[in-house]
Amino acid sequence: MSEMSKTILIKPIFKENPIALQVLGVCSALAVTTSVQVALVMAIALTSVTACSNMFISMLRNHMPSSIRMIIQMTIIASLVILVDQLLKAFAYEISKQLSVFTGLIITNCIVMGRAEAFAMKNPPGLSFLDGLGNGAGYGAILIILGAIRELTGSGSILGITVLPTVADGGWYQPNGLMLLAPSAFFLIGFIIWIVRNRDNSQVERSEFTIASHTIEKGAH
Amino acid sequence: MEHYLSLLFSSVFVENMALMLFLGMCTFLAVSKKIETAIGLGIAVVIVQSVTMPINNLIFTYLLKDGALAWAGMPDLDLSFLGFLVYIGVIAALVQVMELFLDKFVPSLYNALGIFLPLITVNCAIMGGSLFMVERSYTFSESMVYGVGSGLGWAIAIALMAGIREKLKYSDVPPGLRGLGITFITTGLMSLGFMSFSGLTL
Repeated sequence: MSEMSKTILIKPIFKENPIALQVLGVCSALAVTTSVQVALVMAIALTSVTACSNMFISMLRNHMPSSIRMIIQMTIIASLVILVDQLLKAFAYEISKQLSVFTGLIITNCIVMGRAEAFAMKNPPGLSFLDGLGNGAGYGAILIILGAIRELTGSGSILGITVLPTVADGGWYQPNGLMLLAPSAFFLIGFIIWIVRNRDNSQVERSEFTIASHTIEKGAH
Repeated sequence: MEHYLSLLFSSVFVENMALMLFLGMCTFLAVSKKIETAIGLGIAVVIVQSVTMPINNLIFTYLLKDGALAWAGMPDLDLSFLGFLVYIGVIAALVQVMELFLDKFVPSLYNALGIFLPLITVNCAIMGGSLFMVERSYTFSESMVYGVGSGLGWAIAIALMAGIREKLKYSDVPPGLRGLGITFITTGLMSLGFMSFSGLTL
């Protein structure tokens, strides 16, 4: 693997994570992370859709008139999502029920469309495929971290295996029900963004207004 | 009547699209910096949502559902797997038509909403609404009510968010949290507030 393709694959996972830094595709990241298993399946589904759609769009990039490229991209993505949805329904019916509408919403996930526009339209199919894989993996990493935190603190288990025995089962851990509800997902993503931006200061947004100092230097003494 | 009122109430407050179901978050975070633009986008979402939802409902019932094509002599045909492709097509087409229509006949509204309309095609609240409508097998009239209600809920959420963010920009937030971080945490607090509606029925 050449140096360039390695960067394309690795960069979106750590340095330019689509969720933490670019804040794309957060809808599903919030909704499907109540357990690791569901998050894992969603991550795999999105990664395969992004990688394949990037590859196909890149193959067609020289044949698309720019005025109707959105519709062509949308059709390719929607067809791939239908494929993934049918596969899930056939082989993992229980999980597809838990994901409910969120498999369908991969179509409107900004990561897929964003990568198609930003990368696949300008680069050859092989590299575009790797870029799709990398971005999917970056999304998946955050999803699995969120899923692990929420499942561990919310129900005391990871992947359905009990780690912290709960009070209801005669253990000591009092599960925190809030972690399984909607608000905790927002809080966790907020904190992840805070951690990531503290490590990498270039990502900090400038504030529109700075607060003037409270006292004048001279008058203070 | 009571049934529809309760559906409307639950789609606006109990199952708020943005705060309880996390739909349309990308636009929710990006366009909630000013109250006027937020309200403009909110109105556009209400209109698009209440038009696309009944149309998608009709398409699902008479074309895609298992056995829906019996009138065309094909009672064994089940096209429901084509759903995703058809709904997104309908949404994109309708948004385009609406843009042309407003431009021609209501230019003042077009000038106010124009820039938001293309954004709405990729708003997952619209697509999510249609998918929920199919999953919960709403009837035609229920889908009309649900379309208006879910759009309205999303509009209220983004307008409230913009109001908070307009005040928030004067506050002294830690550098790493500035902008997106604090917006997420505020949304979390709002979502906590909306949870108090859960369990309420009319």
